[in-house]
Amino acid sequence: MLHKLRSALAVLGILIGVTAVIWLVAMGEGVSFQAQQQIKDLGATSIIVRTIKPTEEANREAGGRTGIAYGLLREDYDRILTNVPAIRRAVPIREISREVRHGEFSLDAQLIGCSSDYFEINRLPIARGRAISDANLKNIDNVAVLAHEVAVRLFPIDDPLGRTIQIGTDFYVVVGVAVQRTSAAAIGGSFAARQYDRDVYIPLSTFRARIGDQVITIRGGAFQNETVELDQVTAVVGDIAAVDSSAEIIRELLGRYHKQTDYAVVVPKELLEQAEAMRLMFSVLLLLIAGISLLVGGIGIMNIMLATVTERTREIGIRRALGATKGEIVQQFLWETVVLSGTGGLLGVGIGFLCGPTVRVVRMGLARLLPEVWTNLPPAIRDLEPRLATWSIIAAFWISVVVGIVFGIYPARRAANMDPIEALRHE
Amino acid sequence: MNEPALPESAVVASVRNVTKVYRLGGHDVRALDGLSIDFRQGDFVAIMGSSGSGKSTLLNLLGCLDRPTTGQYFLGGHDVAALDDESLSRVRGRYLGFVFQSYNLIQQLSVVENIAVPLAYQRPQPPGGHELCLRLATLVGLAGRLDHRPSQLSGGQQQRVAIARALVNNPHVILADEPTGNLDTATSEEIMGLLDALNAAGRTIVMVTHESDIAARAKRVISLRDGRIASDVKN
Repeated sequence: MLHKLRSALAVLGILIGVTAVIWLVAMGEGVSFQAQQQIKDLGATSIIVRTIKPTEEANREAGGRTGIAYGLLREDYDRILTNVPAIRRAVPIREISREVRHGEFSLDAQLIGCSSDYFEINRLPIARGRAISDANLKNIDNVAVLAHEVAVRLFPIDDPLGRTIQIGTDFYVVVGVAVQRTSAAAIGGSFAARQYDRDVYIPLSTFRARIGDQVITIRGGAFQNETVELDQVTAVVGDIAAVDSSAEIIRELLGRYHKQTDYAVVVPKELLEQAEAMRLMFSVLLLLIAGISLLVGGIGIMNIMLATVTERTREIGIRRALGATKGEIVQQFLWETVVLSGTGGLLGVGIGFLCGPTVRVVRMGLARLLPEVWTNLPPAIRDLEPRLATWSIIAAFWISVVVGIVFGIYPARRAANMDPIEALRHE
Repeated sequence: MNEPALPESAVVASVRNVTKVYRLGGHDVRALDGLSIDFRQGDFVAIMGSSGSGKSTLLNLLGCLDRPTTGQYFLGGHDVAALDDESLSRVRGRYLGFVFQSYNLIQQLSVVENIAVPLAYQRPQPPGGHELCLRLATLVGLAGRLDHRPSQLSGGQQQRVAIARALVNNPHVILADEPTGNLDTATSEEIMGLLDALNAAGRTIVMVTHESDIAARAKRVISLRDGRIASDVKN
């Protein structure tokens, strides 16, 4: 190689392209893996029906100024259970934000009224103690199960089991603590992932008795009176094949009884399929980016090789005079191009392997230097763990070699097709 | 390299009735006009002539870098006038050695590597190439500069490398194009001495020159004018 710097720059072009391919694929795979995990946590055989607060306009049309009632009704829960044959069981849920206290410790928790099936259906094992029982529901007991985080915050030293916590004016006995759990996929039209670590679970019947359906909030200086019977019904069907048809029946059923769409039917299986479709789209996009960056790299290499061919015209003439055939000249220049692009490819693969550590370092640096920016980042980015895809590494390297061949052929042929007499005269 | 030595008087290269016609500015120019010459084994032929006489064209034809418009060219027992590009490349690599006025060494290669270049294009690859290159470098007096680049050598030294390179494939004919054209008198004398010695050892040399004192060192001087032989004299 005559020009080290020039060759290095050409190599750099390919290197960046290859690295970009590997990194982007790794991050894409990481994101989609995360999304799929979260959706799987929701359960592939479940159908989630969620209450959605109607828009302001719909509110005004539907009710008085002082109070509105919307969302799923206890009747809806019964209807779903009795009218959809494939449904094995369903959990009605009511939830609200409340301050939870224990002695001097307090935190804003998500209070969730649910039935005993909740923990199993949501795959939320109890770490210590027990879940809410059917007897608790029947007796309208003041008992609570704490999420791991809540237990740690309220009982930093003591064992929470058997102790009481205060919510509003009521006291609840802690009977169990759930295991620590990561957030689940966003559902019900909200893009925020469902966080489990602020939950306090109580029997649904107790929720109704102590908190009630009516919630009064102060918004913009005015009282707002909302009546909600259920926030969510999670139904589970016995057979995954029945998910789509059951969801359809639920949509029909609810559509018949609800004048406004104050609910949403979410099917994790559909989400999974959507995520898969997204992943495919993402892959196509990545291929496009990869294609462009490698194209640019290839053009860079071709540029270098064309300059090299012109510069080495004399050498080409000499080699031709001394017995080299056109094929041998093509071979020589093609080989040089492939060595350049292949070197870029190998270095790119090397840097590609640094994707994971780099992301970790950037994450750590960001968390330490710009904590505010860091906490405002969506969890999907904060928890992003790139997953190196073997195929992308192999593909990226071979593509770099192919780029060398494709973009090397023209300069090499140009070199070979020179008239040796002319080439020998070239200054 | 294992070929049987040709008898002293055998014809190693021969052109028969060759013409070369170029189209220049809409009309034909006859650079060579029915030329016939035999080159015998062990001969040292100088080709002279003013510019435009056809001597460069003849050298290109003899060097298989160009094809005649009509006529035949026998080299190594074959008519090579009508061969395709690839075959001509093989013929060059097998039967011919080149010495140029401007040396034409490859700048990024060392002395030894430059000498070895023709070997890379031999099919099949001959064994013992490196030793041969070392021997030839010693023969032309550059044993101490094997790893030097052309830019580190004087003109005379570069031309010695070129001569060694022209010998490495054991050619039937060495074609020299103004081999002393870029050299001062003393160095020219050295190079001519080297060519004389090679010729004395049996090498066939065809040399194009326009200097009559250089031409006088050859055994036979052919003068061209307008693409024809003006004179053909044995010294």
